[in-house]
Amino acid sequence: MNYNWDWGILFREPYLEWLIDGLGWTVSLSLIAWVIAFCLGSMLGIMRTSVSPTLRLVGAVYVEIFRNVPLLVQLFLWFFVFPELLPDDAGMWVKREMPMPALTTAIIGIGLYTASRVCEQVRSGIEAVGIGQRNAGRALGMSETKVYINVLLPNAYRIIIPPLTSEFLTIFKNSSLALTIGVVELTAMTRQIEEYTFQGFEAFTAATVIYSVVTFIVMLIMQTIEKYVRVPGRVSVG
Amino acid sequence: MIDFDYDIIWSNLPFLWEGMKVTLLLTFLALVGGLLLGTVLALIRVAKIPILAWVAAAYVNFFRSLPLILVIFWLYFLVPLILGHSVGSFYSVLVAFVLFEAAYYSEIVRAGISSVGSGQIAAARAIGLTYPQTMRYVVLPQAFRAMVPVLLTQAIILFQDTSLVYVVGLKDFLVSAELIANRDQRLIEMFIFVAIVYFIICFSGSLLTRHLQKKLKI
Repeated sequence: MNYNWDWGILFREPYLEWLIDGLGWTVSLSLIAWVIAFCLGSMLGIMRTSVSPTLRLVGAVYVEIFRNVPLLVQLFLWFFVFPELLPDDAGMWVKREMPMPALTTAIIGIGLYTASRVCEQVRSGIEAVGIGQRNAGRALGMSETKVYINVLLPNAYRIIIPPLTSEFLTIFKNSSLALTIGVVELTAMTRQIEEYTFQGFEAFTAATVIYSVVTFIVMLIMQTIEKYVRVPGRVSVG
Repeated sequence: MIDFDYDIIWSNLPFLWEGMKVTLLLTFLALVGGLLLGTVLALIRVAKIPILAWVAAAYVNFFRSLPLILVIFWLYFLVPLILGHSVGSFYSVLVAFVLFEAAYYSEIVRAGISSVGSGQIAAARAIGLTYPQTMRYVVLPQAFRAMVPVLLTQAIILFQDTSLVYVVGLKDFLVSAELIANRDQRLIEMFIFVAIVYFIICFSGSLLTRHLQKKLKI
C-alpha cells in the first residue's frame, strides 16, 4: 500500500471548519426531520390502530407507499419531479424562492419517509399495551380520544423507546443521502476533503469516528432515559 | 402540468433492463456474501469464543453506527489502494455491501438462534452431539426457518439500498434511468417510472414475506 499519511490535515484550515460545518448540517437536518417523522408517524400509528376502517386504510397505504420505494428515489421525486407537478406559480416558488431548496427538500423527504417507520413502531407499542386496557378505559366511560391520551399513548411511548432510538439513529445515518441532491453534510464534506487533498484515509476516518461517537452518545442518553421511564414489570418490545 | 411521454420509457426498456440486471446481481451477491459472513459472526458470538466474540460484537456495532454511503465511499477509496490497481466500481461497491450487510444479517441470525431455546441445545448435548453437530442438526435448521421472513424483509431493504451506488456512478437501474432522464430532459417520466418499478417489486416482496410468515410458523 502506497500512501502518504498526514493526520494534521484534519486540523488545518479550512478542513477542520468543513468538518464542523458538515456535522452541524447533519445534526440539524436529522433533528428537524425527526420532528416531522415523530409527529406524523405518531399520528399515522394512532390511525392504524383506530376503530375507523377508513383511517386504518389511510395509515396502511401511507406506510406501504413510503416503505417500498427507496429513500434515494423519494428524494429525487421531491426534488426534481414534485415542483413540476404543482401549478405554475407554486412550482416556480418551490424552485426559485423557497429558502435553501436542497436542505428543505431533504428534511421533508427524509421526514416523510421515516414517518412510515415511526408509524409501525407506534402501532406495535399501542398493540403491546393490549386490548384489555383499551376496553377498560372505554368501560370507565372515557371517549376514544381520552383512551389514547390517558391510557394507550403514555404506556406505548414508554415501551417503544428502544426502537424509537434506533429509528432516530437511522435518520441520523440516512441524512447522508441528502448529499445526492446537493446538501453538503458530514459525509459530503469528507468526500470533498478527499477530493481536494487526496487524504481519503484521514477524511473518512474523521467521519467514521464522528458518526460512531454521536451514535454512542445518543444510545447512552436514551438508555438512561429508558431506565427512568420504564413501565414497571414490563419488558420492552423491539 | 406536463404531458406524460410514455414512449421515452418503451423505447429505452432494453437499456433500463441492463441497469436492472446490475441491481439484481448486486443484490444477490451482497445477500449471499452478507449472509455467509453474518452467520459466521453470529456463530462466533453465540459460541462465546473469548476475544473473537468481542471482535465480532465490535464489528457489528461499528458497522451499524455508520451510514451506508460512507461505507461505499470508504471501499471505493480503499479497495484500489489495497490491491494496487483499479478494479471498477462494481467490485468495490460489492465489498462495501457485503461488509455492511453482514452486520445486520449477523443480528438476525443471532436472534434466530436464540429463539430456538437453550433447552434444545442442552438436550442435543445430552444425547452426545458435539457442539458443531448441535448447531448443524438442531439449532440452525430451526433458526433459519424462524428467520426466513426477517431475512426476506432485509433482502427487500438491501434491494432498495443498492440504489445508493448512485454516489459512485455505478450503472444500476436508477443511474441508467437518470442518464436517460438527463439526456432527453425527461426527468418526470423516468423518476416516476423508477419509483413504480421499485414499488411493485418491493410490495410483492413484502406480501410474499407476510404469506411465508404465516406458513412457516413453527
